Amino acid sequence: MKDIPLLREISREGRPTINLPEPEKDYLPKKLLPEDLLRKDLPLPQVSEVEVVRHFTNLSIKNYGVDFGFYPLGSCTMKYNPKINEDIAQNPYFTDLHPYTPESLSQGALEIIYKLSTFLSCITGMDRFTFQPSAGAHGELTALLIIKKYLQDKGEDRDTVLVPDSAHGTNPASASMAGFKIIEVPSDERGLVSPKTLSKYLNEKIAVLMLTNPNTLGLFERDILEIAKIVHEEGALLYYDGANLNGIMGYARPGDMGFDAVHINLHKTFSTPHGGGGPGAGPVGVKNFLSEYLPKPTVEFDGEKYYLNYNIPKSIGRVRSFYGNFLVLLKAYAYIRLLGTEGLKRVTEMAVLNANYLKEKLKEILYLPYPSICKHEFVLSGKYQKEKGVKTLDIAKRILDFGMHSPTIYFPLIVEEALMIEPTETENKETLDQFYEIMRTIDQEIQKDIEKVKTAPHTTPVKRLDEAYAAKTLKVTWK
Amino acid sequence: MTYIPHTPKEIQEMLEFLGIEDVEELFKDIPEEIRKSAKENIRLTPPISEIDLIREMETIAKKNIGKDYISFLGGGAYRHYIPSVVKHIISYPGFYTSYTPYQPEISQGILQSIFEYQSLICDLTGMDVANASLYEGGSGIAEAALMSTRINSKKEVIVSEGVHPEYLEVLNTYLSAQEITIKKVPINNRGETNIEELERMISPNTSCVIIQNPNFFGVIETKLKEIEKIIHRNNALFILSIYPISLGILKPPSEYNVDITVGEGQSLGIPLGFGGPYLGILATKKEFIRQMPGRIVGETKDVEGKRGFVNTLQTREQHIRRAKATSNICTNEALSAISASIYLSLLGKNGIRKVAEICFSRAHLLIDKIEKELGLELTYKDSFFFNEFILKVPKKSLEILKRLETQKILGGIPLSTFYPERDKELLISVTEMNSIEDISYFISSLKEATQ
Repeated sequence: MKDIPLLREISREGRPTINLPEPEKDYLPKKLLPEDLLRKDLPLPQVSEVEVVRHFTNLSIKNYGVDFGFYPLGSCTMKYNPKINEDIAQNPYFTDLHPYTPESLSQGALEIIYKLSTFLSCITGMDRFTFQPSAGAHGELTALLIIKKYLQDKGEDRDTVLVPDSAHGTNPASASMAGFKIIEVPSDERGLVSPKTLSKYLNEKIAVLMLTNPNTLGLFERDILEIAKIVHEEGALLYYDGANLNGIMGYARPGDMGFDAVHINLHKTFSTPHGGGGPGAGPVGVKNFLSEYLPKPTVEFDGEKYYLNYNIPKSIGRVRSFYGNFLVLLKAYAYIRLLGTEGLKRVTEMAVLNANYLKEKLKEILYLPYPSICKHEFVLSGKYQKEKGVKTLDIAKRILDFGMHSPTIYFPLIVEEALMIEPTETENKETLDQFYEIMRTIDQEIQKDIEKVKTAPHTTPVKRLDEAYAAKTLKVTWK
Repeated sequence: MTYIPHTPKEIQEMLEFLGIEDVEELFKDIPEEIRKSAKENIRLTPPISEIDLIREMETIAKKNIGKDYISFLGGGAYRHYIPSVVKHIISYPGFYTSYTPYQPEISQGILQSIFEYQSLICDLTGMDVANASLYEGGSGIAEAALMSTRINSKKEVIVSEGVHPEYLEVLNTYLSAQEITIKKVPINNRGETNIEELERMISPNTSCVIIQNPNFFGVIETKLKEIEKIIHRNNALFILSIYPISLGILKPPSEYNVDITVGEGQSLGIPLGFGGPYLGILATKKEFIRQMPGRIVGETKDVEGKRGFVNTLQTREQHIRRAKATSNICTNEALSAISASIYLSLLGKNGIRKVAEICFSRAHLLIDKIEKELGLELTYKDSFFFNEFILKVPKKSLEILKRLETQKILGGIPLSTFYPERDKELLISVTEMNSIEDISYFISSLKEATQ
């Protein structure tokens, strides 16, 4: 496939721009502003509309997405994004609504936020939600700040966060941003947090344990009730990283497991598109005792109308401007309305069935370090293949040649040569069987034609890219 | 069942393969009392059909009647024209249904677009490097301040009260968590950052000074050169929050020797959307690139020497560095950044300047008419503005706005929202979406409302 030139390379001096009205001649900046405030040159490219359209159209087809095929990227929940939700979020009564529109004239938007909050409370067993957090990591930070302020108000000096060694990288990074120290708790031989080990780490300095359940190995933390008990007995709180909620919806609620605060990734469980890496939404839910610390404003309902409540004296303050990624919230709202209680439960059932089916098939090819039933995802190891001279990275690259996306690789860190696979519920059995066949073919290639795997990919728009060269030359603009 | 493609036969085959009879058996590892509670307590609304959903959403949407009003609302979110091309392109599945480009060989579309976004932001701001975007303007300022404290290891931040009050709140939330002190410089009677106060407050312990231009009161800061000297004399960093469209005419941050430029990128082809999703812009000097938060895309080559793009300097990021990362940011706002790329390339050099000129000239036409025809005064009447200004009104601003609402006009933001004592002032914003007729209608309605 041919290289697509940069916009800078196709720019020509004098290329006309789109039609715009004329400015008012008597009020031009050069007449009304001192010259030294004005810029002389604006070095943006000059490209015609048709060139812009072709440029981005050609780029977009060089990019794989869920609409192209299977995307088993573990912990990312790359499910199908229903088209109807996109239509709904493009309604001008939502898109053209200014965030400072008076409450009486923006009741629809406030209603959506309020009702979504009640839906999520029901699904998670938490009492109150904030929608300011714009991504999962942003949610983690928000919740940790809430917990920090709560503990400070109680006069407690707890400065450390516990995370399991299988945790998402955002957990320790968020804890660090919230001003906490971090200690890692090792997983046991089951791949789980063991209450016995955990209790050795619990003391009067521990503020919170961050857990994702099912964890990043796709395994349900079976001892969660015991864990919650000992964490709370020690005076610490329990935080739920909701990245893996797709594995338990309808079967378990973080609130019932003993979690005090949660974040949810609407762009994972609730089908809002990932957009090449955002925008997402990471609403945070808390139990009642933490609700007076939520960012302000919250959306409330007085029985007649919806309103923004700024009167939250203990609030941690804002974590962003306005109220959150509203257009993303809309899509999640629509998804929940379409599916209802039974539909969401079925989502989880099929996600879990797909994962277990694929796990049991693939375990004859790749090493399965934790052979129990999994939830929405599972982790395999490429250690047998590595012994033959092929890295997991090579396998991941070879998968691309078969027109599918590869799983998450080298995560979680506790599994050597890890492949983390999350099929989601929106794939049928045939697709899973195809993926299995691809893995089998690659495994056979490793025996017969190892170079083909080690030099993959072969059929993609570019061949394997030199990441070290990029870091060394640091060419990050077209200048 | 919605979006689940399995046939009953397939499900049966899969269950048989696993040697189980019912899918519920796969949930036996969840303690029974937890399962029981979920079963009993999850009571959502019953599922509805797409047809009913469309109807329901239409009804809810129509309650946002404010959308139909002639609007002069700004204050960090601006109603600019979004060319049709932007909406079409960001609906391409290659863009919106993809994930973060972890497999660059099949993600060149996103990666090149982000590389171009970084480049366009640098063209616009004059800075050397930009990241692949942050959430929005407020957390962007906070990330820039944290970046500054990493660069010079100082724990005190000075911020102008001309910065958007919501951004100030975000800054406070982020910085207090790391025990960084915030000092606020007041604005003077021209509505500009008070330089004398800044000189008094700044010290060698200051990590950075944050200014917004045009500031929240719509005033163009005219002493940025002097401010820059004061900041750098104290070995602090200069952080400037910008309104991208204003850079169509105003001097770029690089000409003021700004160290970190941030800003809300919503004006670059992103809808108002009741406040989000938006786009956090962050650009800096090359020497600070390793302390930047968020993703950065770099150019490289493949094994055959062909040009390609990858995420680079990932060792700064949370998935590698974990607790020691420059930020916890993982998801950025990639699709919003692509909207900005499309917008900036479509309008280009001449289009962006022209949009800025239309906003400026119509705002100044409105100011002129307000002063001449209504005899009202601006709060900062001797200062310079881009497209936004504060008007003094003879009655309570909320009362005037209510009366304008009866004429289907959203006449601005009452300043009392943020500064309760300033209850007779309105923040009014004009863009290319306000026609000359709208402006005339606003004048006549304002005349009635203020009488």
